[in-house]
Amino acid sequence: MLDILIVRLQQGHKTIAYPNGEPPPLPPHFRGLPVLDPSKCPQGCQACADSCPTQAIALRQTPLVDVGKCLFCTQCQQACPQGAITYQADYKMAVRRREDMLVPLGEKLALAHELDGKIRKLLGRSLKLRVVSAGGCNACEADVNVLTTIGWDLGRFGIDYVASPRHADGLIITGAVSENMKLALKKTYDAVPDPKIVIAVGACAISGGPYIDHPEVLNGASAVVPVDLFIPGCPPHPLTILDGLLRLLGKLKPAGAAAE
Amino acid sequence: MSTYRQLPALIAGRAIKRQSIPNLSVEEFQQAVLESVEAGCRVVALFGSPDAGGTLHLYVVLADDSESRLYVGSATLNDREYPSLTPRCTQVHLFERELAEQCQVKVTGHPWLKPVRFQPPMFLRRQSGADADAGVSPLPGVMDFYAVSGQEVHEVAVGPVHAGVIEPGHFRFQCHGERVFHLEISLGYQHRGVERALLKGPDKRSIHYAQTLCGDTTIGHTTAYCQVIEGLARCQKTARAQTIRAIALELERLANHVGDLGALSGDVGFLSTASHCGRLRGEFLNMTATLCGSRFGRGLICPGGVHFDLDAAAVESLLARLDICGRQTRQAIKLLWNSSSVMARFEEIGVVSTAVAVELGLVGPAARACGLARDARHDHPSGLFRFMHIPVSVWDSGDVFARAYIRWLEIQRSLDFIQTQLRSLPAGAINSAVGNLAPDHLAVAMVEGWRGEVCHVALTDTSGRFERYKVTDPSFHNWAGLAMAVRQAEISDFPLCNKSFSLSYCGHDL
Ligand code: SF4
Ligand code: SF4
Repeated sequence: MLDILIVRLQQGHKTIAYPNGEPPPLPPHFRGLPVLDPSKCPQGCQACADSCPTQAIALRQTPLVDVGKCLFCTQCQQACPQGAITYQADYKMAVRRREDMLVPLGEKLALAHELDGKIRKLLGRSLKLRVVSAGGCNACEADVNVLTTIGWDLGRFGIDYVASPRHADGLIITGAVSENMKLALKKTYDAVPDPKIVIAVGACAISGGPYIDHPEVLNGASAVVPVDLFIPGCPPHPLTILDGLLRLLGKLKPAGAAAE
Repeated sequence: MSTYRQLPALIAGRAIKRQSIPNLSVEEFQQAVLESVEAGCRVVALFGSPDAGGTLHLYVVLADDSESRLYVGSATLNDREYPSLTPRCTQVHLFERELAEQCQVKVTGHPWLKPVRFQPPMFLRRQSGADADAGVSPLPGVMDFYAVSGQEVHEVAVGPVHAGVIEPGHFRFQCHGERVFHLEISLGYQHRGVERALLKGPDKRSIHYAQTLCGDTTIGHTTAYCQVIEGLARCQKTARAQTIRAIALELERLANHVGDLGALSGDVGFLSTASHCGRLRGEFLNMTATLCGSRFGRGLICPGGVHFDLDAAAVESLLARLDICGRQTRQAIKLLWNSSSVMARFEEIGVVSTAVAVELGLVGPAARACGLARDARHDHPSGLFRFMHIPVSVWDSGDVFARAYIRWLEIQRSLDFIQTQLRSLPAGAINSAVGNLAPDHLAVAMVEGWRGEVCHVALTDTSGRFERYKVTDPSFHNWAGLAMAVRQAEISDFPLCNKSFSLSYCGHDL
């Protein structure tokens, strides 16, 4: 018993101060939104778009990147002969609408706004979520799950993952939604009482991710259920996920500064 | 005597000409498998691949662990009928089920011929006229489950969606009261067609398939993929690249082993170690992120080497964090072995005997916990492990305790290894040029991921593209081990046994 207490003291207090304090530092090679500097592009070059594994880059009048398809993989950056592509060192990427994920390269994302008054009043202080993994690689689940560890302590925001959809206010969906999970996902969604929300975490759940257009998958959660929040990444950093959840519940001030 | 010894041999990470692989008759092929297994070899891959004309060829890769050698055999299946070897060689049971499912082979005499992933066939049998038998995919989870009947016998069905934040799978228990007679595991819910999509590669998506075959083993699978490519292209990596790869592989092992010990503590209600390890796992993932920006090692490993170098500041920071987290990990885990309440729940629960482990061909910590000194880093070393050795950790009780204790031993060895490598990081480039892939070759990679042996096999066609790419995740071998571990156990011990194996669904389902 004494050992347990001693180890407890040695380990110290580990919950991050964020959002009341600074978020934990991002790793040096962190890759957020890809940014392209069109002034560097030679006429007719489309090396980046050609190299992209998921066709996330469209070189139109203003080049677009689809953050919902992006795997943050550096292939476009390596392909670019001019060094025109960099990644933002910003973890904030969650949005409410799929169309908001088509970002003119070099512009900002329209970050998620909070839920409407009535449903936010219902769920804002206590949000129970059921996580469904449906045809991904399990890394997204892992970083959804890590938010419940003492370092992040998701419970302090009134957010919990629950065992049954019947106890839940909504779903977190990861994975491209395999044909083999379609029915199970639909049934799980139906089992959640109204009103309910759905959060798609990761490139797979948003667009199919690396498996986009495989006949074995449905290219993401929207094929089966309506989605209220999209959190891009492959997988998203835990901070990106937490930021999205807090944004949805209106627990971050729009400026992103210390909230509540 | 042994016919298998006449088969062409290669070592992990190398390629051989397809010409050198003799085309055996199905009987000779099976004889070679049987003899090799009798002599102590293991079947690490067995699969079908059609040629351009649609004729199906069988391939087998046999691992001779004591001599660090891999034997490759092949046979032509003219009529897509194949008599099952499973009754005489249990460890091929799932490979044969897979063969039936992927290649529309009629496997006769298999005691347990059921769908593996509920996928449509990858290689349709050519038929005169239209594809009459064209790819109907069976409904997931709909199959004949083994059933026990009688008084007080009942069935418990769990999944695909189950209580925790875990992947989907279906478990069917046959119970008598609280006692489990039998567990049948039916997977495939995570099937996303990766092996099919790798055909005709490599292309710009191939490496992403490798990275996401099994997300928690990104480094293990991507290393295997790159070794296959490098073997086919005869690419020499630099010492620095090999060292960074090995550091990443051991960091992946650390993060997952620490996380699993935390989860095992949580399952027996010992929340102290559960909380500490839950956090420490994240710290080790953050160290991988220091290498490459991604906590799972995405983007780090590429054909020819690694994509990110380690500068002095990063090495410094890693060493400092390893020192602190290493100490905290040791403290947190030692609590387990000193707590009688934990030991009572770990010991003699979910026992797998050495004989069963051998028969099923278990790999990784699950095999080492049954007294088998099986470790690809030692038996089939590639990369840095050719020069630097990590002692193989073995325990023999085959129970939950053994599977937990193996992790503890490996955690300590990985910590030491990473620190040593960081202190003596060789200078030089991190990348070498990769040429074209040799046409008409076969290459095999074996990497000891944290869960066990990751095996990738590639066959190239006349233009150097993948005619077939076969992935064997350690979970493919080990799911049957879990089913055996819970026989005669209390059903309430299932979550604990399951955690002690900690297998992958997506790595199995592909
Ligand atoms: S980072 Fe990768 S996935 Fe994203 S746009 Fe660039 S190439 Fe495409
Ligand atoms: S988005 Fe990427 S990390 Fe997430 S499940 Fe899909 S492949 Fe894995």
